[in-house]
Amino acid sequence: MTGPAVNTRLERVAGIAAPARPKTYLLPLALFALFALVPFVAAFGPRTFILALLTRIMILGIAAMSLDLLIGYGAMISFGHAAFVGIGAYSVAILASHGISDLVIQLPVALAVSCLFALFTGAISLRTRGVYFIMITLAFGQMLFFLATSLAAYGGDDGLTLASRSLVFGTALLKNDMTLYYVVFGLMGGTYVLLRAIVASRFGRVLRGISENPIRMQAIGFAPYRYQLTAYVIAGMIAAVAGCLLANQSEFVSPAYATWQRSGDLIFIIVLGGLGTLHGAIIGAAAFSLLAEILSGFTEHWAMIFGPVLILVVLFARGGISGLLRRQP
Amino acid sequence: MTDAPLQLKNLRKNYGALNVTDDVSLDVAAGELHAIIGPNGAGKTTLIHQISGLARPDSGRIVFHGQDVTGLPMHQRARLGLVRSFQITSILPRFSALENVALAVQAHAGSSFRFFGDAAAEPALNDAAMALLARFGLAARAATPAGLMSHGEKRQLELAIALAAKPKLLLLDEPLAGTSHDESGQIIATLRQLRRELPIVLIEHDMDAVFALADRVSVLVYGRIIASGPPQSVRDNAEVRAAYLGEEAA
Amino acid sequence: MTLTLALVQILNGLQFGLILFLIAAGLTLVFGVMDFINLAHGVQYMVGAYLAAAFTAITGSFVAGLALALPAALAFGLLLELLVFRHLYDRSHLDQVLATFGVIIFLNQAVKFAFGAAPLSVPIPDALSGTIEITDGMLYPVYRLVIIAVGLAVGLALYLIVNRTKLGMLVRAGASNAAMVSALGVNIRFLFTIVFGVGAMLAGFAGAMVAPILSVEPGMGDNVLILAFVVIVIGGIGSIRGAFIAALLIGLVDTLGRFMAPTLLKLLLDPATASQTGRAMAPMLIYILMAAVLFFRPSGLFPSKS
Repeated sequence: MTGPAVNTRLERVAGIAAPARPKTYLLPLALFALFALVPFVAAFGPRTFILALLTRIMILGIAAMSLDLLIGYGAMISFGHAAFVGIGAYSVAILASHGISDLVIQLPVALAVSCLFALFTGAISLRTRGVYFIMITLAFGQMLFFLATSLAAYGGDDGLTLASRSLVFGTALLKNDMTLYYVVFGLMGGTYVLLRAIVASRFGRVLRGISENPIRMQAIGFAPYRYQLTAYVIAGMIAAVAGCLLANQSEFVSPAYATWQRSGDLIFIIVLGGLGTLHGAIIGAAAFSLLAEILSGFTEHWAMIFGPVLILVVLFARGGISGLLRRQP
Repeated sequence: MTDAPLQLKNLRKNYGALNVTDDVSLDVAAGELHAIIGPNGAGKTTLIHQISGLARPDSGRIVFHGQDVTGLPMHQRARLGLVRSFQITSILPRFSALENVALAVQAHAGSSFRFFGDAAAEPALNDAAMALLARFGLAARAATPAGLMSHGEKRQLELAIALAAKPKLLLLDEPLAGTSHDESGQIIATLRQLRRELPIVLIEHDMDAVFALADRVSVLVYGRIIASGPPQSVRDNAEVRAAYLGEEAA
Repeated sequence: MTLTLALVQILNGLQFGLILFLIAAGLTLVFGVMDFINLAHGVQYMVGAYLAAAFTAITGSFVAGLALALPAALAFGLLLELLVFRHLYDRSHLDQVLATFGVIIFLNQAVKFAFGAAPLSVPIPDALSGTIEITDGMLYPVYRLVIIAVGLAVGLALYLIVNRTKLGMLVRAGASNAAMVSALGVNIRFLFTIVFGVGAMLAGFAGAMVAPILSVEPGMGDNVLILAFVVIVIGGIGSIRGAFIAALLIGLVDTLGRFMAPTLLKLLLDPATASQTGRAMAPMLIYILMAAVLFFRPSGLFPSKS
């Protein structure tokens, strides 16, 4: 193997280890530029619809990025991550229904609750390995789902409609769709930068090392459990932020936000976009949502196409969309 | 010796009816290179697993610098300075050689609960790691993903990582396994230097290396130590010759 | 709360547990022997129910419907194996989870497409549709007793096969160390196919058996799947015995929990709150149980791999 083929394979194997070259920032930069500019282009089309769709994509991207930290960088396959989105969403809805509608209070509450839930479930789940971990996170997610359905005072199975979007420091900042879009955009950017920093930090390096060879890491003196638990809590809290945003965007919360099927969707999204890349999560969220939109326009049975697409992506598209884009010269 | 850095006291381990470790007692003195030899399946690696913390003995004690570490998990023993290398190369394949060593340096250089700052660019960690790579002749390969290195290079990397973890005692499990003649020569030279610096427990099949390096040799057969002493006395031991060296010496 | 009522709930719990066992048995073997996480096992159960419904409607007889549904379910399972699962054995658990998730998405929609979204009803055969008096004044549906009997019989048969036959020994060995079994010259592919086929058939059989008493609808396999996974995680992957004990445990805890939680809470809270909290807590009991078991035994109660 000589020439370009070697470099590509080296690149793919090296992945994280290769020094950052200017080219690797091109994709995320282009991605963010796209999201920044689309609302202006959307003026020529069904603007409200496009803004809503893209805002939801960005929110999904935030949740997916947090899961990428766990799966892509930490090899912790959590099948209950949607539960945290649910916690964020319900924090907003429940507080709002009691008259507390400022994000300044709702957000910290969402962060606190998700932190506690992550600590409790993570502490137990991380004592297990492999499929046991997948199943126990799935089960904890289900537990939260059932809790949500049982909250009759807050809509139960049917969910709860919000009277209006959250206030921000007393102002109705988020009422305007455009403003909400850019607030979410800012948070998506902030999440991306935060997670990039974490992944490159001492902590992130240890986490990545544990995902590759936990025995080796223990042999040099690292206790995997505490690093994994910390990552699990960070990821859960970020997903809760996404949940708060989701509640605001749709002005509606429902237990359906926290089902294991939604957790599965999140996993699909990051694999589709490119595992362990962070911006892949955003790409995957876009591809997933757009695909669902387009297909559902054709037939009500679009899931019959979606399912096989998922299977084919898993079987053949290693590295997801990011991987495909990286192979461009 | 009650002040020996490492003392194994009556270790026993069974897998069902199989005695993998059969009442093993051993002391490793300061500044000593203690080799453990024995036929395949004698239980040498399992012994290292128990000393390092990867496996639990059924009974017996392991005392390291006066502290009973029998119940401690592997990472805590590593923090105390009880560091091992692996018989089957265990590195981080997607990390560069430099980062593999730098991580081991990082483990003993302050808290790793730092969430900002590019760890891969920390000069203190990188300089220390680079120095170790240079010692093993791997400086030129610093940026290579460890998974792409040759087998011999990986064995050298194993040792570099072990040294980076600030060991007070090294447990080396067949460091020469699969290396070429030149590579093993380099490793032996390095071990010769190292044994002046810290006590080493060495499992090896390469008899030339063992007899060149070891201050004392213990022979493990079916989980039991049948002889222990200076290399020459072990070599001359009739029971050992029969059980193990017999075929070699022929 | 009378003794009769409690007895009825216990029998219900047993019946539920035995159905769970039929599903979990295949799942635990497939995972134990082949290291393959099959989320699509739940749709196998659903397909069994739909096949039973379809064949019963065509033939007019539930027994005939059941008899036709079994080989059809087996064939369906083997078809899925050929098309999708076979390509996943060497892949990571993540890939297996995702691909089988895709199978669920596809099949849940496919049955909606083929049969409509409305639940199908399957009539209980006349001979089994009555109730029987178990104790003084307590009537219990005959059909549910049949399920219990059949479930126990299948359990016994599985136990005998796995523990007393050569095939069973190979399966147990495979669950402990598949690579070793292969290295000893056993045709591991063939073993895989048998294990998979039996598992698929058991799940389909369970689905067919419950078709008359539950609603046959798209997605009916999803919740059952999760419970089945909870069963094998508690019982220990690869262990039939573990699956049996865990399944009964979960069946009883879930049924009795739902029944007793509001009642017990009425001792502490006012009736309205007790009723509501009880209903909320009941589905969570199983997950609390699982968390507790895994806390003390991270590999389940009877893991086949040490």
